Amino acid sequence: MELHALTIHELQEKMKSGAVSSAELTRSVFSQIDKVEDKVHSFIRLMREEAMEQAVRADEQIRQGDIRALTGIPIALKDIVCTRGIPTTCGSRILQNFVPPYNATVVEKLVQAGAVFVGKANMDEFAMGSSTETSFFGPTRNPWDLERIPGGSSGGSAAAVAADECIASIGSDTGGSIRQPAALCGVVGLKPTYGRVSRFGLIAFASSLDQIGPFTKDVEDCAIMMNVLAGYDPRESTSVRAEVPDYRQFLGRDIQGWKIGIPREYFIEGIDPEVSAAIARAIETVRQCGASIVEIALPHTKYCVAVYYIIAPAEASSNLARYDGVRYGFRAADARDLAEMYSKTRRQGFGPEVKRRIMIGTYALSAGYYDAYYGKASQVRALIRRDFDEAFAQCDAILTPTSPTLAFKLGEKTDDPLQMYLSDVFTISANLAGIPGISVPCGFSASGLPIGVQFLTGHFEEGKLLQIASAYEKSAAVEKRRPAL
Amino acid sequence: MKLSTADVDYVARLARLEVTQEEKEKFTAQLNDILLYIDQLNELDTKGVAPMSHAIAVTNAFREDQAAESLGTANALANAPDARGEFFRVPKVIE
Repeated sequence: MELHALTIHELQEKMKSGAVSSAELTRSVFSQIDKVEDKVHSFIRLMREEAMEQAVRADEQIRQGDIRALTGIPIALKDIVCTRGIPTTCGSRILQNFVPPYNATVVEKLVQAGAVFVGKANMDEFAMGSSTETSFFGPTRNPWDLERIPGGSSGGSAAAVAADECIASIGSDTGGSIRQPAALCGVVGLKPTYGRVSRFGLIAFASSLDQIGPFTKDVEDCAIMMNVLAGYDPRESTSVRAEVPDYRQFLGRDIQGWKIGIPREYFIEGIDPEVSAAIARAIETVRQCGASIVEIALPHTKYCVAVYYIIAPAEASSNLARYDGVRYGFRAADARDLAEMYSKTRRQGFGPEVKRRIMIGTYALSAGYYDAYYGKASQVRALIRRDFDEAFAQCDAILTPTSPTLAFKLGEKTDDPLQMYLSDVFTISANLAGIPGISVPCGFSASGLPIGVQFLTGHFEEGKLLQIASAYEKSAAVEKRRPAL
Repeated sequence: MKLSTADVDYVARLARLEVTQEEKEKFTAQLNDILLYIDQLNELDTKGVAPMSHAIAVTNAFREDQAAESLGTANALANAPDARGEFFRVPKVIE
């Protein structure tokens, strides 16, 4: 197999023994990018020169015996994390020329771990979308079928891993933006507990929901990435001072005697029959691993999307108030006064989905409506969280489909925002409750599109999450295919 | 219809967002669809439920009040669409 198709742990073995250098690996990744990027469009910006320099430095470190968690491994970054001196656009015209003066904490951590940065991955504008079609820089396509979307909002990060344009990548997840594209692209994607990974330098969308997490080719790589990303950051007031275990210790442990909850509310009308069949097989696999299956109730599930589409736009309308053409980013020309400069800048700088959410959020927070919308949604959010607390009293982990459908076609849902929102129906609840979730590949449709299974655990139980994901992955032994590009 | 085009106009002004007539009509229809969907929350009796503002229990995060390195004027102004000297420059605010 070519180097770019391998996993972090496989490549680390080869680099440690001197069989492969990071420079060779990085060249292999860029040769794959040269071959497929025109078709997939995973990236807003490639960092070829920087990556080659970092690879040479990594090889020097390896020679000196300084081998860290990700030394020499090519990683893609969603273009929502700030990179010092490298433009960071958030998929938006309004930040097209923004060059951050500092690195996000996760970028610093990856640098410290020895990673090589391949480029900045494409995304829905301000992470608002489920298909990567709202990017100002054009859509990313699903490597498994170029007529279809890769999911979103971290579609570029997911597609880049699936298409072997990097070995692993970073995404962010506000309502499913890591797990849904991971499922639709056939890779592993984990959203950590709220507070587990620092968001310093993550361009804010909805601050009570946003989390950063990894995309990888398998569960072991996911644990390796989490070892680097997790931890308290004094620069991020919502990051939590909780101990970070070595997540690799959870790999390969069995789940004998575990209770796995199947929420009846997640098996609704409208799920693609091929998704249902794949999930039924996943449940059977987990049972064969020695776990018992228990039916659980998450009674407020049907309200998750409605709650999310108040809370996320309300927080976004506030967070995005900073884009006014004064301190950074795009400014519209020819305004007669300051107020006109603001409103013209925002009209020309934001795309339709971002405007729509700013409008919903502004309305929901406006005088006279706050209690009816944001207040009500925050109360229902408390009920959703209580559902999970009660569920985890009865089971160790929850198993659900990640996405109700297979990857849909480009343009299929762009004119119907509500239909687009409903594609996150199984992932939003974890953000509202603040719990961690992972999507693991669980098979393919007859047409060859990937399907993902989602596992959820309680707050700060990423270890258990990786344990069940790795036990499932090993036992299911889903065929290792690569997309034909 | 919960929202009229006049409401959309008002909200757009609050959001400092210029909208075209075409956008106004499109947003009115789409926002009404979304608000109608959101209305299902009113099926639930939430009397006495404490609203949840954070996913996990967080308290104020304090640090020692010590001066530390900051961005510096040049860095802070580097991305400005229009800067002069040590200032951001904007169109006139008052007549």
